[in-house]
Amino acid sequence: MADWLTADFMAETFQLEVVTPEKKVVNAPVEEVQIPGKNGYLGILPGHAPLITELSVGEISYRENATERHLAVAWGFAEVLPEKVTVLAETAERPSEIDVERAHKAKARAEQLLTSGDIEVDVERALDALHRAETRLEVAQKSQ
Amino acid sequence: MPNILDIRRRIRSVINTRQITKAMKMVSAAKLRRAQDRALAARPYAQMLTNVLKSLVARAEIYDSESGKPKHPLLAQREEKNILLIVVTGDKGLAGAFNANIIKAAARFVESKSGKNIDIEAVGRKGRDFLRRRYPAAPVQTRCLAEAEELVEQAEHAIGERAGNLQITGEHIGILGSVGFAQARALAENVSERYKREEIDAVYVVFNEFKSVIAQRLIVEQILPIEQIGEQAVRLAEEMTEEEKKRAKDAAISAGVGLRRERPGDEAAAQFGTAQVDYIYEQPPEELFRSLLPKYVSIQIFRALLESVAAEHAARMTAMDSATSNATDMIDSLTLVMNRARQAKITKEIIEIVSGAAAM
Repeated sequence: MADWLTADFMAETFQLEVVTPEKKVVNAPVEEVQIPGKNGYLGILPGHAPLITELSVGEISYRENATERHLAVAWGFAEVLPEKVTVLAETAERPSEIDVERAHKAKARAEQLLTSGDIEVDVERALDALHRAETRLEVAQKSQ
Repeated sequence: MPNILDIRRRIRSVINTRQITKAMKMVSAAKLRRAQDRALAARPYAQMLTNVLKSLVARAEIYDSESGKPKHPLLAQREEKNILLIVVTGDKGLAGAFNANIIKAAARFVESKSGKNIDIEAVGRKGRDFLRRRYPAAPVQTRCLAEAEELVEQAEHAIGERAGNLQITGEHIGILGSVGFAQARALAENVSERYKREEIDAVYVVFNEFKSVIAQRLIVEQILPIEQIGEQAVRLAEEMTEEEKKRAKDAAISAGVGLRRERPGDEAAAQFGTAQVDYIYEQPPEELFRSLLPKYVSIQIFRALLESVAAEHAARMTAMDSATSNATDMIDSLTLVMNRARQAKITKEIIEIVSGAAAM
């Protein structure tokens, strides 16, 4: 990702803060971040124009000291300023924190509900659940 | 004359009790510290969310231009006919008057709203046990919803069918040990949903607010409808008495718990979303507002749960501190009684010997 980033840009960083109701997950200077905006992924480099967006279920990846790191988020909200990006997320998990077994189970359950053909099933909710589980599994496979 | 052996036994038993209360005090102190940290950790998120919502209120058209009524159902004000009250107590006892005070405040609130229908959501075993004895449970049909995290059983209430003016519509037991945001969100979504369906016209929560060990109060706070974002809508409040404050302070000092806590990161949080720049809005402000408002309800309830947990530990710490000092007092007075009894016995024996010798 972002091989086109030239060397003299590399020195430049901005502050990334990821906050959940339970704790501050990240508070570090980073070189680049990708956030799952509601209308698609956004790649952010230092000096980005001020922006406010809602996040959907997905993966935040950022580069700190030239190492890629990933987080799985479910619903969030981000404020982008030239020298700072703040993300409010309901949950934000590092790959090591993800309960893979639980995600597998959640995925199986959601799939079963979706294919059951039961009209009682809240399809939107089940799809959401499926998406969340899939994101978790995807992120869990990436090493920290 | 009291038997010396019996007194000695009693002293030993009181010493044992004192050891237990002392240990419980230290355990509560440790738990209190953790609970305080968690309550603090939740603050930046709450603060940021509030800031964004406030700035959105200015930008988005929240109210309908013609009727002047709010567009969002969670802001809609209706005449209060059906009220929902969330009662937050603890799961465990031995915390002084902590649970009793909350139940009393809840009862007072219920009285002040007499003639209206009140649904009660009980959080915490102690409150649940009490309320269950007094009020009937609502007739419910349970339905399973597809929820990713867990299979949540959601109770659906048959509209119009009530067990009485007052009824218990939900019980949340055992969630206070490790309160997560997920539990608060589940409860918030449940009540918001019922509010939107107009089954209820207002939501209140009664809980013990906790700012620090010496700054606590028992409050009834209005959660829905949201009147002013960022403002606490306190309906009833009961401050700590000076005596309670003093006792809590003594207990905290002897257990090594700080009275005041730093608020790291609050300043940065206060600035969130308030930069004087023209943001690019990826979504229209109205849309953002719509999806953020339910989070606000969740975080309010989350805060109530977290503070209640901290307050419960603080109350238990204080109660165990007084129990420990009472035990010490008791040991002292029992020791005095025992020494007296021993002396009396010796004196009596001497008199017996002397008078025996005189008779010879």
